[in-house]
Amino acid sequence: MSESNIVLKRTPLHGEHVRLGGKLIGFGGWDMPVQYSGIIDEHHAVRKALGVFDISHMGQFFVEGAGASAWLNRMLTNNVERLAIGQGQYTLMLNERGGVIDDLLIYRICDDDWLLVVNASMIDEDFAWMQSRLPADVTLVNRSDEFAGLAVQGPKAAAWFDAYVGGKCEAPARNHIVRLDIGGGQTFIARTGYTGEDGFELFCPAASAVQVWNDVLASGAAFDIKPCGLGARDTLRLEMCYPLNGNDLSPERTPIEAGLSFFVDLQKGDFIGRAVLAAQKEHGIERRLVAFKMKGTTPPPRSHYPVYRDGTQIGETCSGGLSPTLAAGIGMAYLPVADATPGTPIEIDIRGRRFTAIVEKKPLRKTKA
Amino acid sequence: MNVPEDLRFAESHEWLRADGTVGITDHAQHELTDVVFVDLPEIGKQVAAGQVACVVESVKAASDIYAPVAGTVIAVNEAVRSNPALVNTAPYAEGWLFKLEPKDAAARETLKSPADYRAQIG
Repeated sequence: MSESNIVLKRTPLHGEHVRLGGKLIGFGGWDMPVQYSGIIDEHHAVRKALGVFDISHMGQFFVEGAGASAWLNRMLTNNVERLAIGQGQYTLMLNERGGVIDDLLIYRICDDDWLLVVNASMIDEDFAWMQSRLPADVTLVNRSDEFAGLAVQGPKAAAWFDAYVGGKCEAPARNHIVRLDIGGGQTFIARTGYTGEDGFELFCPAASAVQVWNDVLASGAAFDIKPCGLGARDTLRLEMCYPLNGNDLSPERTPIEAGLSFFVDLQKGDFIGRAVLAAQKEHGIERRLVAFKMKGTTPPPRSHYPVYRDGTQIGETCSGGLSPTLAAGIGMAYLPVADATPGTPIEIDIRGRRFTAIVEKKPLRKTKA
Repeated sequence: MNVPEDLRFAESHEWLRADGTVGITDHAQHELTDVVFVDLPEIGKQVAAGQVACVVESVKAASDIYAPVAGTVIAVNEAVRSNPALVNTAPYAEGWLFKLEPKDAAARETLKSPADYRAQIG
């Protein structure tokens, strides 16, 4: 076990994971459950009923001040001015070269009061980047350690929510956030997720995390809730082609190349990385992040496998795995735009043998009409 | 964890039966989690003790499986090709991986006894 000499951080729910028989692994410096009952079982639970994930490792930053929205619009790709109070959006923070530092969700809590939820492994880097660019009329506070996080995801999430809050409040609309006292202090509840299913993300005080977790499991029992680990979180997000920072996003790739133009507003005024993105919009890009599906029975693709077309290497995979829903290997790779059209046959090199895959439209998991 | 008395064990969690059959232990399948693909060796392949003989893929990772003793692969379990989950559900029975003709019949004695393997996995 290569991480055994590293002191892994524990979320407030660590004891619950151990008690429930979760299998713990090191992930981005955190000791996190990869699975409880099994990755495939948990994956199907989220696709068919309900699952709950510990996302306490994620970071929470609060931004306040008269200049907050103008500053955030210079730091991030999406346009925060489009957000009403209580509304959130997916956005990206870029370097000067237009490369991705992090992808995150931002919520407008009050007029000049914002909550940012960032990736666990990027908390320190994001904070340092933002802090060094902070104007006098804006404050930035990293409150990641004060909050625990739970993601409750699945087609039964809306029905579960009503049972959980006991009619105390209406469920927030998609991408919206509410603040609610559910015992143990104020909890933010957002209608967001990383699975492609309906669902909620709860950010509660760390001290009440165990109570909230157990309340969620108890109220979810009627909806067949299962505790789920990072393994299922990864297969669920990969079927939806949601990028994972560090795998599919990097400081060397822009959101345009990653297929995330929808979350970039080039009209809103200047922001860090804008010039590079505007040039790519005008002149085109060389590579694009594509999704692919393996043909037939093959070993599952994984990250950093070489990708070939007609005998020539054209790239490498950045994410890969088995899709429990499609019962096939799936993955993503940055490929030359000439090879990025859905239907294009490519080959994935797995331990020296090449297996055929087909470039597919995103997402790989088609939601029912 | 189930550790049958009639088997010998490699430190890398493979088991060897007296007839040369090789698989992975109950402990190993539990650690690997859901097995979704098994890359079996070719029949006739010659392997040294501790050499990679095949690869077992779970949802989360690919894991090398080593030959517990030197020998020649004389059979592979076709059933795990179509149903890799057998490695999880019956690691000592229907989930076996391949069969070796050992180069040296005495090599089996160098492997761990059930008691020693039990001590290893705690």
